[in-house]
Amino acid sequence: MNLSKEQLLSMYRQMWTIRIFEDEMAVAYMEGKSPAFDIGSGPVPGEMHLAAGQEPVAVGTCMHLHKEDTVVGTHRPHHFAIAKGVNINKLAAEIFGKETGLGKGKGGHMHLFDVEHKFSCSGIVGASFPPACGAALAAKKMGKDWVAVAFAGEGAANQGAFHEALNLAALWKLPMIFIIEDNSWAISVAKQLSTAIPDNSQRAAGYGIPGVRIDENDVLAVYEVVGEAVRRARRGEGPSLIEVKTDRLYGHFQGDPELYRPKDEVPTLKANDPIARLGAQLHEQGIATQSELDDARAAAKADVDAAFLFARQSPYPAPERALEDVFV
Amino acid sequence: MANERELTMSKAIAEAIDQEMARDHRVFVLGEDVGIYGGIFGATQGLYQKYGAERVMDTPISETAFIGAATGAAAEGMRPIVELMFVDFFGVCMDQIYNHLAKNTYMSGGAARFPVVLTTAIGGGYNDAAQHSQCLYGLFAHVPGLKVVVPSTAYDAKGLMISAIRDDNPVMYFFHKGLMGLGWMKYHQRSVTPVPEEAYTIPLGKADIKRTGKDVTIVSLAMMVHRALDAADALAQEGIEAEVIDLRTLVPLDRETVINSVKKTHRLVVVDEDYHSFGMSGEIAALVAEDALDYLDAPIRRLAVPDVPIPYSRPLEQFVLPSAERIAATARALME
Repeated sequence: MNLSKEQLLSMYRQMWTIRIFEDEMAVAYMEGKSPAFDIGSGPVPGEMHLAAGQEPVAVGTCMHLHKEDTVVGTHRPHHFAIAKGVNINKLAAEIFGKETGLGKGKGGHMHLFDVEHKFSCSGIVGASFPPACGAALAAKKMGKDWVAVAFAGEGAANQGAFHEALNLAALWKLPMIFIIEDNSWAISVAKQLSTAIPDNSQRAAGYGIPGVRIDENDVLAVYEVVGEAVRRARRGEGPSLIEVKTDRLYGHFQGDPELYRPKDEVPTLKANDPIARLGAQLHEQGIATQSELDDARAAAKADVDAAFLFARQSPYPAPERALEDVFV
Repeated sequence: MANERELTMSKAIAEAIDQEMARDHRVFVLGEDVGIYGGIFGATQGLYQKYGAERVMDTPISETAFIGAATGAAAEGMRPIVELMFVDFFGVCMDQIYNHLAKNTYMSGGAARFPVVLTTAIGGGYNDAAQHSQCLYGLFAHVPGLKVVVPSTAYDAKGLMISAIRDDNPVMYFFHKGLMGLGWMKYHQRSVTPVPEEAYTIPLGKADIKRTGKDVTIVSLAMMVHRALDAADALAQEGIEAEVIDLRTLVPLDRETVINSVKKTHRLVVVDEDYHSFGMSGEIAALVAEDALDYLDAPIRRLAVPDVPIPYSRPLEQFVLPSAERIAATARALME
């Protein structure tokens, strides 16, 4: 693999940024929600879908992307946003509902828009694919070598929009990468109870495009496979479909009782933590010293702490600002 | 009534479905997370354990396919109850709902029947933002061919659900998340009511006067009924007696109850958690203007979401949702 030490350490640090962001968000989310849990209470109200455990797919993919490349994420979007380079102060502020947030507090955690870094997401399952097609189409029409990446969960692969977009992207040879995060669960419904075939990447055959399944929650494996797809897209050879096995360490949403989930599942996943594995790998191979790894983690924590402080100290929008921004 | 048990709205709905499933083997349930999970908002709690996966079917996230399949199964004589998790998700399957489920009976000259109950969750107030907080019942009431049910209490929810299931037409059944009595979301205590254990029906198209009064009529449904009742309590302290009408169903619409009330009070406030323009509040205002204009002593007032998507941040969202205080202030102003 052609990754420099700096790149590897950057991936490691970024995964920590995501993990710490999500873990601190889980704690902040619970503020004001006890003794009686009320989803609408506390400094971070509403639904909260956290991506701890799913860092490899976001980081391994976005290492290949430039600012001009488009990423469209899902209802569980923080890891994609951070990996794509969205300012985490503004990200945190949006989630805290503050005026300084990405959308001035109007969008919230599922509806993040960063025009500068060409990142967006949606709370609607399967909604990432069509707009990513459009971004890829625009790049093609404008003669740019930009690519578009649509992320979605494995549950979204059963939406009509997924199949329509695959056909469109293949038909028009769009510079696009479809990436399915397979965390095994569509809320409470296990993949084998919702999907007719075990491997969504096989569905690529129906559209005559390459399909690859990555069976491990490993950032370097993601990096390698997505690299080929991105290069292919930049060469004008069309889209690819990739499914990545990944792990959802939290519930579907914070407060999810997860009665549907086997009790030993999460501990097993935690024992195979993708960040710890990368750290051990870098250390064992003599690529990074323990203190370099520790520094990367500490730097990530400092970034997240600063972002949360910024978010907490920022003002709420004035109520009547609710009436603005329907139209430009 | 005195010793009657009280239920939350979600339990009342699940009980209604349970009793109809026991009574009629053609009734079955399908939707996302309706099985083991019991519905994200508890509307199918316990049914999977009782009836199994054959009659309580978890579906893929494929609304076009499974809502369309409900229509197709109904045409064959089954009586499906199908859940669209949030009404906001209608966009991925609207064609099956409004071009097919809603119109097929008419286009077949009345020959084809589609006894489908399409349940869905509505409402905001808990910071779930623009794609998970809408009501949109006005949009579905606008389309001919769908009956539209929007209960506000557990008692109404059960009776209306049984009527919906027994109806030979498509019925859209909207339940407000903040009235379901969930353990993880604050709910209006007034939605928890005594509910008879036996099956009973409440006719679709019959509004309920939740509070009688002589001074001003407040027409609403779902969560806003309770806000209107809270407002009426406050107004009563000032000697203003508000009559609160819970429409309960938009299609059919009980025009008579609204008109009769306005003829008595001579004042009308319509409160809606849906968008302001082209919706329920305009419809109610129009029918009063058509049939009771001469009885009005004051202009009709409407409170609704002011034509913006539901914002995420708490101060923004609270600003756009009608509050008991604003309802009371609006009614009070009509008395001056």
